[in-house]
Amino acid sequence: MSRLPLMLIGLAGLIAVPFIGVPPYWLHIMIIILIWSFAYTGWSVMGRFGLVSLGHGAFMGIGAYGTALLWNHAGLTPWVGIPVSMLLAGAFALLIGYPCFKYKIVGHYFALVTLALSVIVGQVIIATRKHTGGSLGYTPEPHGGDGFSIYALQFPEKAHFYLIALAAWVVGLVIWRMVDKSMSRYALEAISEDEDASAAVGVQVTREKLKITMLSAVMTAFAGAMYCQYQLFVSPDTVAGVGISLQIVFAVVAGGIYTQFGPTVGAIITIILAEVLRINIGELEGLLGFRPFGLDNTIYGIMLVLFIIFLPRGVLGSIQARMKGGAKA
Amino acid sequence: MMEIINEYVFSVFFVETLLNGLLYGGVLALLSLGLNLIFGVIDVVWICYAELVMLGMYTIYFMHVRYGIPLIPSSVICVLMVALLGYVLHRIIIAHVLGKAPINQLLATGGVLFFLQSIATLMFGVEFLSLGVSLGSFQLTEDIYLSKSQFVAFIVAAAAVAGMYFFLSRSYMGAAIRAISQDREIMILMGVDANRLYGITSAIGGGLAGLAACLLALQFDVHPFVGISFGPIVFMVCVMGGLGNLVGGFIAAFVFAELIAIGGYFADLEWGTVLAFCVFVITMFIRPEGLFARKS
Amino acid sequence: MLVIDDVTAGYGDFTALRNASIEVKAGEAVAVIGPNGAGKSTLMRAISGMIPLKGGTITMEGQSISSIPAHKIVETGIAHVPENRRLFARMSVEENLRVGCYAKPFRAAFDKRLEFVYELFPRMKERRNQLAGTMSGGEQQMCAIGRALMSDPKILLMDEPSAGLAPVIVQQVFELIRRIRAEGLTVLIVEQNVQQVLKVVDRAYLLEAGTIRHSGSSAELLGSEDIRKAYIGV
Repeated sequence: MSRLPLMLIGLAGLIAVPFIGVPPYWLHIMIIILIWSFAYTGWSVMGRFGLVSLGHGAFMGIGAYGTALLWNHAGLTPWVGIPVSMLLAGAFALLIGYPCFKYKIVGHYFALVTLALSVIVGQVIIATRKHTGGSLGYTPEPHGGDGFSIYALQFPEKAHFYLIALAAWVVGLVIWRMVDKSMSRYALEAISEDEDASAAVGVQVTREKLKITMLSAVMTAFAGAMYCQYQLFVSPDTVAGVGISLQIVFAVVAGGIYTQFGPTVGAIITIILAEVLRINIGELEGLLGFRPFGLDNTIYGIMLVLFIIFLPRGVLGSIQARMKGGAKA
Repeated sequence: MMEIINEYVFSVFFVETLLNGLLYGGVLALLSLGLNLIFGVIDVVWICYAELVMLGMYTIYFMHVRYGIPLIPSSVICVLMVALLGYVLHRIIIAHVLGKAPINQLLATGGVLFFLQSIATLMFGVEFLSLGVSLGSFQLTEDIYLSKSQFVAFIVAAAAVAGMYFFLSRSYMGAAIRAISQDREIMILMGVDANRLYGITSAIGGGLAGLAACLLALQFDVHPFVGISFGPIVFMVCVMGGLGNLVGGFIAAFVFAELIAIGGYFADLEWGTVLAFCVFVITMFIRPEGLFARKS
Repeated sequence: MLVIDDVTAGYGDFTALRNASIEVKAGEAVAVIGPNGAGKSTLMRAISGMIPLKGGTITMEGQSISSIPAHKIVETGIAHVPENRRLFARMSVEENLRVGCYAKPFRAAFDKRLEFVYELFPRMKERRNQLAGTMSGGEQQMCAIGRALMSDPKILLMDEPSAGLAPVIVQQVFELIRRIRAEGLTVLIVEQNVQQVLKVVDRAYLLEAGTIRHSGSSAELLGSEDIRKAYIGV
């Protein structure tokens, strides 16, 4: 428990960030990292048990678009819209999860069925372009004169949103820890080892898997809603569909699936990398003789393959494993 | 009600839709064949399969449009190129994750997907490039026109599927490929070098992807993200047919293509895709191992 | 013909076979008997290259087989009928036999070998288009032996050919082995069914806990009081 004071100091430092004159650009990067970290943590609460979902782009999209659509079309405040969207994502998770788990769709098959969900949600958003703006994207209507509105959860001031995102991130980590300490964790680990044997000793396989899947979906939907409220712009490319599903999985793997801060580290690595390359694209252009669009993802892809082959526990996971090994030796 | 049925179902446009679905099904069958072969034999899903096809489309584009090589030799180069890519993919990546957890295999090839997409963006930019070859269309009946390039694609795909069938059922290599998918360990007793056979299978899978690339390039523009537009469909076709079951995949390809076409006929093309994917999900719940899975 | 000299082998850190030496001369039938887990299958797997040697040498007609790639071993004239038959269940009998003829040097003789196998096992000819997995245990054993014979081997290794088969079928399997011997083939067989196997082989080695305890002619071993008590149970 000696870690607790350290963590509290760290947290205090993070809370202080917007008040010590951090430039808005950096604040923006931190907000983005916090939001995605929360989403990645949401994925990892189930991913760590071998439940590899490629459907989280769908949950994220439901959260983002649900909130925005309810606000624009039904005039429903995000205070209600966000929980409704989260419930909707949970319902979808139930709808797809229950038969999956009941009929023992696991491994590749589970990944591909959930991938289908991503495709469906992505395509529905595009197909209903009259209401959602299709692939061009969608903007929740602004509320209030200067853009600040608690009712609409719209905050032009980055500091406000930073604190919200920070709080969400902390809650995400607490949820992760609670799952880690729960009985369900042992049940789920047993299931991922051997499903039939776990069922034989009385683990309620379908129920345990469903619980964690719904939790994960609801968390991811909340991340989508946060993203929508922060950026005030959503499009299938940025919050929904297959691309996002893959991005979520890969970032978590890069950071480390099995550790609490792994998803956060994954978000930091991938977002910083993308930003560095984006900013230096001009210089790189001079250096290479052409404009290196896509360089971030090239490096990202190579990193990912190398991680899987050489560091399957991710960056943080590997560091922690090494430190533990070193301590023992 | 009858009027609606008469208007929509017994119309020449509907027949045309069904025919187009059939033609698309041929290309889809070819696409799924390569992926299915890889899965059935090596037990790995190449998430980046559609991106290999994308690189094939660029290959044929550059050969034909930039270097002015006639279409047929360009196609041959394209097939060989993607076959080589398949082989290399196996050697430098798949060989290292064989026997690891399925998630690791999925993610390793997923990393390749990102890599290929972005390397294509880097090298070729994001604009849509067209082969610029139009074969025109021909008139089937008074009212029904079919695109010749689609028709050619269907014929070539059908021929390739038939060729594959004969290769697998009649040749020593084909028999060994089917055998290794059932029992890898004892292949050594048959004098088979499993690693070499895996490499060859990967090259064949790549070659099929290359052939599909040639046919797709006749109908669609190529851009770095073109893989996303048909990749998931190919996966679903393979799963619906029972991963690794070549015949099942073949049938599922036509079911899927018709669903997309019919959905697109009554609403938008996206709704066609949504319909097909919903049917897929429901199928999975009824027959989790795929519609045409073997009984184990 | 086949000389196994001081061979140690196992899986990972586990050593299942320790300093075993066995020799099989041309035209002989030799059995390796012993209880479950004695290292009998390990021996067979080591000979045909399914697992690497940890020590010792194996030579086939003077050629060391540890120095050639494992998949080339079959080309030296060693064919292996694996434990539990391991047929390709979703392929026809004839396709299984074709895979047995996969190595390039064997392919030219495919038709001749097929004829030979069908003459030896007419039942296989009747079932040539049937899926191997749908046949009875005895028929599957015939098919597995036939598959091994497709490479025209000089020596046939058989790993527990009677395991998991009904008593009536076991009789048939040993009958098969007699017929193979009658064809002049050299045979090395691993069995738990000691009483039966000693009736069809010339000599036998007794393997216990990874090491060879006894060896001798079938008659000697059948006559030995200790072995009768421990393994034959009469």
